[in-house]
Amino acid sequence: MIPAAFDYEVAESADHAIALLAQHGDDAKLLAGGHSLIPMMRYRLATPSVLVDVGRLDDLRYIRTGNGTVSIGALTRHSELEHSAEMAEACPMLASVAALVGDPAVRHRGTLGGTLAHSDPASDLPAAVLALGGTIVAQGPGGSREIAATDFFTGYFESVLAADEMITEVRVPAGGGGWNYQKFNRRAQDWAIVGVAVAGGGAGVSLVNMGSTPIRASGVEAAVAGGASAAEAAAVAADGLEPPDDLNADAEYRSHLARVLTERALNAAGVA
Amino acid sequence: MTITEDAPAAHVGSRRLRKEDPALLTGEARFIDDLALPGAIWVGVVRSTEAHANIVGIDGSAALEIDGVNEVLSGADLAPLWGEGALPCAWPVTPDMKNPTHLPVATTTAKYVGDAVAVVLADSRYAAADGAAAVVVDYEPLPAVVEIEDAVADGAPLVHPDLESNECYTWGLWGDNAAAVDAAFAEAAHVVSERYLQQRLIPAPMEPRGCAAVPSPAGGELTLYSATQIPHILKVMTAVVLGIPENKLRVVAPSVGGGFGCKLNVYAEEILCSALAMQRGAPVRWTEGRSEGALSTIQGRGQVQHIELAADADGKVQAVRVKLLADMGAYLQLVTPGVPLLGGFLYHGCYDIPNYMFECTSVFTNRTPTDAYRGAGRPEATYAVERAMDSLAVSVGVSPEEIRARNFIGADAFPYESAAGLVFDSGDYQAVLDKAVALAGLSERRADQASRVAAGSSKRLGIGFSSYVEMCGLAPSRVLASLDYGAGGWEAATVRISPTCKVQVVTGSTPHGQGHETCWSMIVADQLGVDPDDVEVLHSDTAVSPTGLDTYGSRSLAVGGTAVYMATEKVIDKARAIAAHQLEASEEDLEFSGGTFRVRGTPEAEVPLAGIAFAAFTAHDLPDGMEPNLEAHVTYDPPNFTFPNGTHIAVVEVDTDTGNVDLVDYVAVDDCGVQINPLVVEGQVHGGILQGAAQALYEDAVYNSDGQLVSTNLADYLVPSAAEAPRFRLDSHATPSPTNPMGVKGVGEAGTIAAAPAVINAVVDALRDLGVTDVDMPASPQTVWKAIADAQGGAS
Ligand SMILES: Cc1cc2nc3c(=O)[nH]c(=O)nc-3n(C[C@H](O)[C@H](O)[C@H](O)COP(=O)(O)OP(=O)(O)OC[C@H]3O[C@@H](n4cnc5c(N)ncnc54)[C@H](O)[C@@H]3O)c2cc1C
Repeated sequence: MIPAAFDYEVAESADHAIALLAQHGDDAKLLAGGHSLIPMMRYRLATPSVLVDVGRLDDLRYIRTGNGTVSIGALTRHSELEHSAEMAEACPMLASVAALVGDPAVRHRGTLGGTLAHSDPASDLPAAVLALGGTIVAQGPGGSREIAATDFFTGYFESVLAADEMITEVRVPAGGGGWNYQKFNRRAQDWAIVGVAVAGGGAGVSLVNMGSTPIRASGVEAAVAGGASAAEAAAVAADGLEPPDDLNADAEYRSHLARVLTERALNAAGVA
Repeated sequence: MTITEDAPAAHVGSRRLRKEDPALLTGEARFIDDLALPGAIWVGVVRSTEAHANIVGIDGSAALEIDGVNEVLSGADLAPLWGEGALPCAWPVTPDMKNPTHLPVATTTAKYVGDAVAVVLADSRYAAADGAAAVVVDYEPLPAVVEIEDAVADGAPLVHPDLESNECYTWGLWGDNAAAVDAAFAEAAHVVSERYLQQRLIPAPMEPRGCAAVPSPAGGELTLYSATQIPHILKVMTAVVLGIPENKLRVVAPSVGGGFGCKLNVYAEEILCSALAMQRGAPVRWTEGRSEGALSTIQGRGQVQHIELAADADGKVQAVRVKLLADMGAYLQLVTPGVPLLGGFLYHGCYDIPNYMFECTSVFTNRTPTDAYRGAGRPEATYAVERAMDSLAVSVGVSPEEIRARNFIGADAFPYESAAGLVFDSGDYQAVLDKAVALAGLSERRADQASRVAAGSSKRLGIGFSSYVEMCGLAPSRVLASLDYGAGGWEAATVRISPTCKVQVVTGSTPHGQGHETCWSMIVADQLGVDPDDVEVLHSDTAVSPTGLDTYGSRSLAVGGTAVYMATEKVIDKARAIAAHQLEASEEDLEFSGGTFRVRGTPEAEVPLAGIAFAAFTAHDLPDGMEPNLEAHVTYDPPNFTFPNGTHIAVVEVDTDTGNVDLVDYVAVDDCGVQINPLVVEGQVHGGILQGAAQALYEDAVYNSDGQLVSTNLADYLVPSAAEAPRFRLDSHATPSPTNPMGVKGVGEAGTIAAAPAVINAVVDALRDLGVTDVDMPASPQTVWKAIADAQGGAS
């Protein structure tokens, strides 16, 4: 539980952070809330030699609405999403999913950019951004690019983000129909054993912890679009997936949970 | 002034806030890792990654490259430090018990994942961790035995080939009773026969272990600081193992953040740091990591239980027969073999069962040693009998409360001599159950349960009972002798009154979260008529409190608190003699209340304790031959155990679609005798219930077939938090224990003993109409969902 030795740099701006990443190469890592990175370092699953602390970049902590879009700075804490009146109005789904992450201490440190960059298939907010059809803004040495959430996640803890890129902003559509998030876990502070996010009255459905990335349940979405009932649509939720096997759940039980929770989420989102 | 106006303030029985809390809550309290020891050598322990393997080679070269890493030592390098000494087991339960030599660091063979195989000495904790991670150990794997029943199977690999068997001992309790037990089964109208599994548990106190040994090279003394429950026992054992003269050894337990039994031990690191400190003439210290502790600190439970009940047509139980297989792990720690015996007397529960037969076979496995964990043997016993009583209720066709009522030991039967040979002190088990039933609103719950079944709801309700009795107040020394335990069960106390009438209590009990300072102060304050804040309680340092047997087995109040009470009475007796001298009255004519001695019938003739304290100090005018000062010492050896009891009722809601279990209500009515401070009692009960419910629903030390512990951190080992805690609704029903003057019994383990069977009985009750008759612990959502699917013929 003692991390390996590392150096520590404080970034003064996003540009500075990216310059530091370029300077230190592959061994450098951004440190945001630290609530995924530091545990991995304590288990020595991650041994970066330099940490670039972006946690003090307060200009990347914001929630802005306009033109039907909610723009969220990458350093915005989960607790800020949870308690923001603007968020509750413009995208209540993201606020309520944020409220289910970990425990209060985790939510006061963890950031939206950090949880997306970490790309843990068991995390809550990435799946919500995926179901909402969000966009991730990443800045690198050559400038900024926009990445659709559907294109972002590539594998266990892997994304299309380059080693010298930093997420600066996340955008999700405002408003947008019936939504629900079902998180199934054993203790309040735990990650989901399985989770299901439904946005846009069933137009966007995504699954948590059912594979190597947050997964868009396109079969369910198609069934809903084709007029299927919630029960009929939910029946295909786990089709073709290879969910993980761990102490909490084997693949068979996870598939069962995905079906049960998808039906509940669709019902709650207004799909009969 | 009349005596009634001056009645003593009754602190005992009041909900006084704990004295201990301000320092704990403000961070002022100092734990082992807070000790500043400049120049200390930090120890990093290299632990086996194999369950069973020969150690072929240890390569420390990469570790020695690391800045701050100074030495890498193998078990063979260290062996001269302990010579013939080995880690002690103080409880040889049978003359032929097998006890493998247990070295602090293994020399030739690693016997479990986590077994120490080498150590790194470094300048800092960080360098020690880096160094330990860099040591390369070459293992030659050997076949491992992981599961309890596999250990006794034909042809099982041997954990200790030199012992020629994996069986550690077989211990039985049946006397001349075997034929009568058999006859009861032959004649029984109802026979219940069940097999239950007690999974291994990781104690996980808030503060992991740690120790620091500080030598005084000039005089050859050693002070061992340790996060331990047992500084006194640790001192004796360290002296014996390492041959350090006891007069040169001091053991201090600083603030200790919980133990639950796992700090009731003499560990490799304590012996290692002590021996190295003596050798190097410098402080040597070690602090355990959380995941390291999952492997290197003892685990709890680990049993396969077979229990049979024989009952007549009315469901009156005539005999209980128990066969246990208990997992010792790879080695015997301090009281490892004795833990199953502490339950062995209680498999008849709180029922009047005339015929009793108990047998335990304990086995070695290639896993971390087991030892005492909150309740130690009694939660296991209570689980088996309370689960089996519910099965009997179904067989007889009566409710769980009715089967219990038909079998309870009657309130008029005390002192009650049990078939297992104990004498129960006091209780009214039926009154306790009746209170719990009323508090739980049982009939409304049952109506709700039935209407959900009728409606085919997927949210089933289950109501689970657990009535328990436990033996506490360890223990009469002569009884321990009859069980071949290697020490006594007394406790010591000294009470002194200073010249300014402040009170110093020295106790041999060693708190690590319980609240001794608060409770001992309240007891003494009432006896002496002083304010509890004028009482200081000293403990946990053998230089301050040289005599004691420490804290475990819910013994502190019933044994240690009684010693304090008796020492205070002795001080009052001396003060009375001085008062009589001053007032020129006879001692018999004096009464003492509210801190003042008065001559009965002559109210103006009085002298306050403060005056006597000062007089005892100046010694100018004491009765002829009397020694100065007010001070008394008592060592109290209890004549019997105490027998706390209670009934707990758990209400669960089971989601049959997901298998999720929600603990929606929890009622507990406990009889722990007279309560010194109900706030402290409730704290113990709350924590205890959650710990028992954790075994029922969450916690499991999971090993894979290679003997690797899979749940080594608190993300995988599910210790519940306050968010998972049920609504606790508590009541009590005190029947004072006649065994000690205050009528106290003990409450440290009650909740843990009662809760697991209450919760699992509730889960089974919720699912019985779906055909479920048993659910293994922990009843995880997946386990429950599969149990339902199995009962429904595999359909999900
Ligand atoms: C006890 C506990 C319980 C938790 N429970 C949950 C839960 O229930 N659900 C859940 O979803 N999460 C949970 N988490 C994780 C938590 O939400 C994390 O905070 C979050 O996943 C990561 O955010 P962070 O800001 O802490 O990232 P960090 O830990 O600082 O970083 C994580 C990774 O992302 C990279 N990174 C960080 N910021 C950026 C950026 N702007 N651009 C590019 N790369 C970046 C880092 O280099 C690192 O590789 C839990 C954590 C803990 C400790």
